[in-house]
Amino acid sequence: MAREKSSKDNAQALFHSLRSAYAATPVNLKIIDLYVGFAVFTALIQVVYMASVGSFPFNSFLSGVLSCVGTAVLAVCLRIQVNKENKEFKDLPPERAFADFVLCNLVLHLVIMNFLG
Amino acid sequence: MAAVANMPVSDLLKSFKLKTKQQELLIRVSILCLVYILAFITRLFSVLRYESMIHEFDPYFNYRTTLYLTQNGFYDFWNWFDYESWYPLGRIVGGTLYPGLMVTAALIYRILHFLRFAVHIREVCVLTAPFFASNTTLVAYFFGKEIWDTGAGLVAAILIAVCPGYISRSVAGSYDNEGVAIFALLFTFYLFVKAINTGSLAWSLASAFGYFYMVSAWGGYVFIINLIPLYVLVLLITGRYSMRLYVAYNCMYVLGMLLAMQIRFVGFQHVQSGEHMAAMGVFFLMQVFYFLDWVKHMLSDTKLFQAFLRITVTCAVAVGSIALGLGMLSGYISPWTGRFYSLLDPTYAKDHIPIIASVSEHQPTAWSSFMFDFHILLFLFPAGLYFCFKRLSDATIFIVMYGLTSMYFAGVMVRLILVATPAVCLISAIAVSATVKNLTVLLRSKNKGVQTGSTKGSSSSKASSKALLDQSQPFQKNGAIALLFGAFYLLSKYATHCTWVTSEAYSSPSIVLAARGAHGSRVIFDDYREAYFWLRQNTPPDAKVMSWWDYGYQITAMGNRTVIVDNNTWNNTHIATVGRAMSSYEDEAIEIMRSLDVDYVLVVFGGVTGYSSDDINKFLWMVRIGGGVFPVIKEPDYLVNGEYRVDKGAAPKMLNCLMYKLCYYRFGEMLTEYGKPPGYDRARGVEIGNKDIKLEHLEEAFTTSNWIVRIYKVKPPNNRW
Repeated sequence: MAREKSSKDNAQALFHSLRSAYAATPVNLKIIDLYVGFAVFTALIQVVYMASVGSFPFNSFLSGVLSCVGTAVLAVCLRIQVNKENKEFKDLPPERAFADFVLCNLVLHLVIMNFLG
Repeated sequence: MAAVANMPVSDLLKSFKLKTKQQELLIRVSILCLVYILAFITRLFSVLRYESMIHEFDPYFNYRTTLYLTQNGFYDFWNWFDYESWYPLGRIVGGTLYPGLMVTAALIYRILHFLRFAVHIREVCVLTAPFFASNTTLVAYFFGKEIWDTGAGLVAAILIAVCPGYISRSVAGSYDNEGVAIFALLFTFYLFVKAINTGSLAWSLASAFGYFYMVSAWGGYVFIINLIPLYVLVLLITGRYSMRLYVAYNCMYVLGMLLAMQIRFVGFQHVQSGEHMAAMGVFFLMQVFYFLDWVKHMLSDTKLFQAFLRITVTCAVAVGSIALGLGMLSGYISPWTGRFYSLLDPTYAKDHIPIIASVSEHQPTAWSSFMFDFHILLFLFPAGLYFCFKRLSDATIFIVMYGLTSMYFAGVMVRLILVATPAVCLISAIAVSATVKNLTVLLRSKNKGVQTGSTKGSSSSKASSKALLDQSQPFQKNGAIALLFGAFYLLSKYATHCTWVTSEAYSSPSIVLAARGAHGSRVIFDDYREAYFWLRQNTPPDAKVMSWWDYGYQITAMGNRTVIVDNNTWNNTHIATVGRAMSSYEDEAIEIMRSLDVDYVLVVFGGVTGYSSDDINKFLWMVRIGGGVFPVIKEPDYLVNGEYRVDKGAAPKMLNCLMYKLCYYRFGEMLTEYGKPPGYDRARGVEIGNKDIKLEHLEEAFTTSNWIVRIYKVKPPNNRW
């Protein structure tokens, strides 16, 4: 009983400290995080759909899922490069980081369009 | 008047007095230009000695497909179904080849034609490999610069320009995937290391494109997709990870995987094959790892974080192992294919897949091959490893891992010395450059005394400390000079050895044989091309030719006739059928040949010339492969006490099988060597056992001038009565 209570307390304390720490992040990073979350959520919907309907044109399924995963990963890379707390990227202007992000997304979606079939 | 004339001259002289940095740039550029030209011309021996032709067997298929591509355009090439090989099955060429080489050659051909150079596609094909070898030296320079410094880059470029391990598969005429693939491999690795060093998305994108080019060029791309995750894992474990690693690997993996799946031959292997699962596993591991890192950064309380860590790690490990287990058990994730599994277990191929075991390039490597192909690089490699470990960074860890893994695989299979060559050259270049630099610092420090005038970038403290040491050991400068001369001597010996090896061992076209005549003059045997052109000109266009699979590509490319089996070896049963036909008695063989619509049979025979790569020497492999599928063929039937003989004491089945009859037909009357009886086989060194050969269902159609290639026509069935 005590252990249950302490683990529930632990979980709640964890949750609260995470929430408070996250609230402190700047707005632009939160927007990127929202985008990442949306992309992952879309990928999950596609996986559930594939599980129910079957994976016949497998290339279409792969291109759909990989476009979501790809753009999520690229957005995380953008977040890393734009985040002021990362010392390694302090020389990188955020415009350059965004331009790289757009270029990589362009290539990603061109390949996806070829792969959709 | 004279003063005015003098002024421009002195201005001119002043302009020549370049600053040190510009002098260094001039020296570097001129060295690279010379190395570029050297790498190209050292590969031209066979073009100068024979003619500009395609060598070996596989390049003929590549040449034929490139010809088709330039004549019919990319769309037809990508969707090509070839009905002229593997009769009656045909082959889906568009979906079973790596198009990188053909597309590259066709592109060069188009560019040259656009510039109004009317070259034939064959010339472009012959010279593609040396051109890309020159480009590889440039990439090696930049890679060396990235890992160590410009000196190491220059030495790496020079070493790889002449290294025999690379030359063996990239001479002019060797129009094979490896010629382009090694360039793509080194380029991809360079771009990836650059991406890790800078952490930029643009470089990662470039490395994804480099990976795409590698996937389009060669099946050995599996090495890249396994080495890079292994490297990431090593970095994660040793704690050298950083944000740049995340950016570089993830961008390269996702984009590279997507681009790679555009090649039809690769298809969905990146998500379904066991060989590619390491990359995916590391991808997911990285997400978990960096997520935990981010959470740890956000949480201030370590105890809470420990709890969170425990939950997440157990969840992730559980999910991962369940997914992997389900995938492998249900067969969705295919296990490692035989080709790559035999790299991990070298005895596997001999027992289970005789076709892979029979190729001579797939045998384990002997020490002599290492010495032959690497020379001094063999002992410079451990020295370079020592220097790399002294100055560990992301880039040097990468090159060390590349070197060690590729050396392991080079030890397992001779052919893979090619993959190890760039790593060995780079690491040896580090050793050479670091040693020479230390020695020259010793030399210069004595001259300059306590001044901080060292230009090569070594610290001034080193110069002054060496100056201090000089007072206690007065012979240090002489020792340095002696060592420098020793290094110079070794490197010049390396260059001589490499040129000798290229000239003697790696420049033979294999399709044209050369020998020394009785008076030292050179004798050329052009029998193969003689036979193929005879086929082209004297047989009906829809004739089908049966031969052993080695010659399939050459027959379709030069003879322009349909073949039964060729070097692609994708259908083992079909090859076994041909092997069975070759090893059966003539009556059984004619049934098989009639069922395959065979019109002509081609065999290669070296008994008159002493040529030892003929079909009689390959015959036991035909028996083994045939026997692997049809148990009616048993290998012991052809041996006498475990010995393979063709003379009087040979096994009766051997003396009467189709291959024996076709090779030795009319040979019993032939005098081959002075002082030996007629029917003396010079390749085996014995007098043959069965001299009186009668063929019932075949008749001799053509034998080349030196009896190397023999073509027989299958007679139509007799009339009813």
